Amino acid sequence: MKAVVTVIGRDQKGIIAKTSGVLYENDVNILDISQTTMQDMFTMIMLVEYDGKKTTVKSLNEKLDALGDDMGLSIHLQREEIFSLMHRI
Amino acid sequence: MLNHFEILETVNMIDRENLDIRTITMGISLKSCAGQDIDTVCRRVYDKITLYAKDLVSVGEAIEEEFGIPIINKRISVTPVAALVDALDEPTPENAVKIAKTLDKAAKKVGVNFIGGYSALVHKGFTRGERALIESIPQALAQTELVCSSVNVGSTRAGINMDAVAQMGKIIKEAALLTADTKGFACAKLVVFCNAVEDNPFMAGAFLGEGEGECVINVGVSGPGVVKCALEKVRGEDFGVVAETIKKTAFKITRMGQLVAQEAAKRLNVPFGIVDLSLAPTPAVGDSVAYILEEMGLEKCGTHGTTAALALLNDAVKKGGVMASGYVGGLSGAFIPVSEDAGMIAAARSGALSLEKLEAMTCVCSVGLDMIVIPGSTDAALISAIIADEAAIGMVNSKTTAVRVIPAPGAEVGDTVEFGGLLGTGPVMPVREYSAEKFISRGGRIPAPLQSLKN
Repeated sequence: MKAVVTVIGRDQKGIIAKTSGVLYENDVNILDISQTTMQDMFTMIMLVEYDGKKTTVKSLNEKLDALGDDMGLSIHLQREEIFSLMHRI
Repeated sequence: MLNHFEILETVNMIDRENLDIRTITMGISLKSCAGQDIDTVCRRVYDKITLYAKDLVSVGEAIEEEFGIPIINKRISVTPVAALVDALDEPTPENAVKIAKTLDKAAKKVGVNFIGGYSALVHKGFTRGERALIESIPQALAQTELVCSSVNVGSTRAGINMDAVAQMGKIIKEAALLTADTKGFACAKLVVFCNAVEDNPFMAGAFLGEGEGECVINVGVSGPGVVKCALEKVRGEDFGVVAETIKKTAFKITRMGQLVAQEAAKRLNVPFGIVDLSLAPTPAVGDSVAYILEEMGLEKCGTHGTTAALALLNDAVKKGGVMASGYVGGLSGAFIPVSEDAGMIAAARSGALSLEKLEAMTCVCSVGLDMIVIPGSTDAALISAIIADEAAIGMVNSKTTAVRVIPAPGAEVGDTVEFGGLLGTGPVMPVREYSAEKFISRGGRIPAPLQSLKN
């Protein structure tokens, strides 16, 4: 299944390393990645793929939430359809 | 890949602008539960609801988690219970209350937060079961927590059943007095309709209509906060731009509802019914329909111009939403429940918003005089007269209208009544003091209106 990971917050060292670390540990493959930094605000968007049978969104989100709390970032993982349906006819 | 801006826009709508799916409502037909013996009927009702809806809450929560979109309520609507009462050997109010308690028990078992359909459709006349059910409403609502009740008293095709209108004034009073310790909370679970719809997913008025199937999933979307934030970006622009902005926003909100509805229907193996394109406010700051109207340029919701602003909003929401969903239905429009909307509460407190203005607003939006606290001293006939006025608006304009007023025992104008949760806080609003007693006591029916010569 494909999902979008969004990371928003104050720029700091290790955001990509730690986020992709959590994804790697949970067997999630990163398909695409883009990031921008505007006036210290860091935003990163990743398109990822995971095996819905092995990995549950719930457990992934819990780990990403914990990382987010740790680093003072807002991190979400959401199924890709929510974005494509909302913005594409 | 989707672009950066679009993804962040969606995340921002959910995180900061209170975008949510207001309700996934499973409609369950109880026609197969009818029988002559009350205990058998109650057992069938309980078994059917707990079987059909056993996964509703867990599926809702799983969708919430995967898509990252909050789904605030999971609810059930059932066939109007009056039909079950009619089939009983003894169609008494006491037996009707037993069914209400069964619904309550079943709703608690499956973990939903409301169950609607303790209803009767009496726009033209009463059956024995309907009379019994209506009589039982105060007790049923006082003795249960999750059961919601509605009564349809009029329609464009049938006119208004003024006997039912007269009775509903008394029923509302009685329900308020029976729950005086919670300031008449039972009345928050009771709606009186004209032109009730069969597939409404929103409470307290949800029931599964006569033309509906065995089981169905209907979804109600929300998002006043998102519309307000979108309008902040077009301050000073003309109404064409305002309408276009609302349409685009409504499209996006509704797409979310469509996705959730389809996903829920698929996982529960139940047909998808409709998406209800509604802007349903909550008492949370930034989730208010009144603030949208104020964003359009009104100093306070309720001032002159409010009806026009609401007409534009309601129409644009529908235009944007219709394109986004395969099947649209329910009430579909902007809701204006006073106690559930931070902006309406403030406007009512300041005196800018009156009952009369709310009545005018209901001519151009869904649904009616909703969640309005009136003085506890208001007599039954005056409440009936409020219902008659609102039903007349619905009847003549071929739209759904409703009344959900709470004559809070002991409360006077200037007081505030706390209901808590989504039902919010209601400032007590003044009603007219002149009597409508003789008018209401006439009884009979107001004939159906002409559908041509419209002026």
